[in-house]
Amino acid sequence: MIELNNVSKSFTLHNQGSAVIPVMERVNLAVSAGECIGLVGASGAGKSTLMRLIYGNYLAAAGEVKVGGLDVAQAEPRQIIALRRETLGYVSQFLRVVPRVPALDVVAEPLLAVGSPVDAARDKAASLLAELNIPERLWSLSPTTFSGGEQQRVNIARGFAYDYPALLLDEPTASLDAKNRATVLRLIEGAKARGAAIIGIFHDEAARDQVCDSSIDVSAFSPQAAA
Amino acid sequence: MTPLLQVKSLTKMYGPRIGCKDVNFDLYPGEVMGIVGESGSGKSTLLNAMAGHHPPDRGEVVFDTRADGPRDTLQMSEPERRMLGRTDWAFVHQHARDGLRMSVSAGGNIGERLMAVGGRHYGDIRAQAADWLGRVEISDARIDDRPSAFSGGMQQRLQIARNLVTGPRLVFMDEPTGGLDVSVQARLLDLLRSLVREMGLSAIIVTHDLAVVRLLADRLMVMKDGHVVESGLTDQVLDDPQHAYTQLLVSSVLQV
Repeated sequence: MIELNNVSKSFTLHNQGSAVIPVMERVNLAVSAGECIGLVGASGAGKSTLMRLIYGNYLAAAGEVKVGGLDVAQAEPRQIIALRRETLGYVSQFLRVVPRVPALDVVAEPLLAVGSPVDAARDKAASLLAELNIPERLWSLSPTTFSGGEQQRVNIARGFAYDYPALLLDEPTASLDAKNRATVLRLIEGAKARGAAIIGIFHDEAARDQVCDSSIDVSAFSPQAAA
Repeated sequence: MTPLLQVKSLTKMYGPRIGCKDVNFDLYPGEVMGIVGESGSGKSTLLNAMAGHHPPDRGEVVFDTRADGPRDTLQMSEPERRMLGRTDWAFVHQHARDGLRMSVSAGGNIGERLMAVGGRHYGDIRAQAADWLGRVEISDARIDDRPSAFSGGMQQRLQIARNLVTGPRLVFMDEPTGGLDVSVQARLLDLLRSLVREMGLSAIIVTHDLAVVRLLADRLMVMKDGHVVESGLTDQVLDDPQHAYTQLLVSSVLQV
């Protein structure tokens, strides 16, 4: 489902003497449907960078980034938009929303984007928010006013509202209490069971051991390691 | 899929100075594209050249018309272009005063577009005007008031209602949230996003506000000195800018 072949990434800082900073080289990995792979490595090793490369957020300098048959490194913006709508979900560490939009609609939006009826989308969103212990009195409020942990749970609910065939999870269990952590792990296992290919970053080792089939150490891709 | 709009080597000169030069892109149905750049970079010139307000010196603006398929709007006759401008196209001006008739009531402003496409039944026109006032969150008690009695944010929302009432397929927007305070701006952004999704609109939005394009636009084009220096997916351009100017632009944004 997700396949990276010889991907490399560097940043060129034009405003700082055109310094070129190579960050990753020869990244090869493959995740098939129903499989979950954990990315490990020290902070700054490039776990999130790799995830952004797959999401199309960062532009790969070379190589192929294939998600569901589409090469994200070469695709047109509209192809990536369609991919994100129908195939590839991403739960980032930060919630980014239009101010004033109620939490319920934020969560329902991915479903509306693929054409679900409004009522069905809202019902699904409500059940996810309830499962993640967001009190019902908050549903009609904008998540911009929520606490950090609540925002993160809204973000997770949004990522699991639509059944994406491929999912990227950036620290989904960080800063959650035991009960919510268990819920999130159950959601991940449910997604695996229905055949989603998942790449996750978990600093929580117990969580990683529970849901991941294998791990990849990202520091192996750093240019220094090769030299 | 046929692109809704194809812009080919569009160039507009002001005497020896470049307004915008060799701009090329395709816009597909349902896409929202942002154009950013500092003032004087040619973004409004480009928008006005595409919309036919200032005739460009060179290039093509091919629109997929309902009746005859893709046609170059710059080669159309004036009546055809005017018809397009009041049916499938809409233009939201930065200053609501430029897009409204200030001495005609709010309902009349919306109704005028409907009459221009053949609406004749007074009751229907008024009902639709009231419906659209509601959609842009203006109380229908204000339907007979003139826009000059409205606040800036209300005028802007009225302008949007007036433009969208005929169900256009392509909307040009020039700084639609410029000069509005942040709470009004947030409300307007929410409104625009839901209208885009519900009506399947395509839109081209010129702005200098990077936060606005991040929330509204799928794609982004960055202009400098009349040239397009970078284009791509909005979050990719903003998070991993490739061109020196875009990097400067992104790194210059103040954090709130």
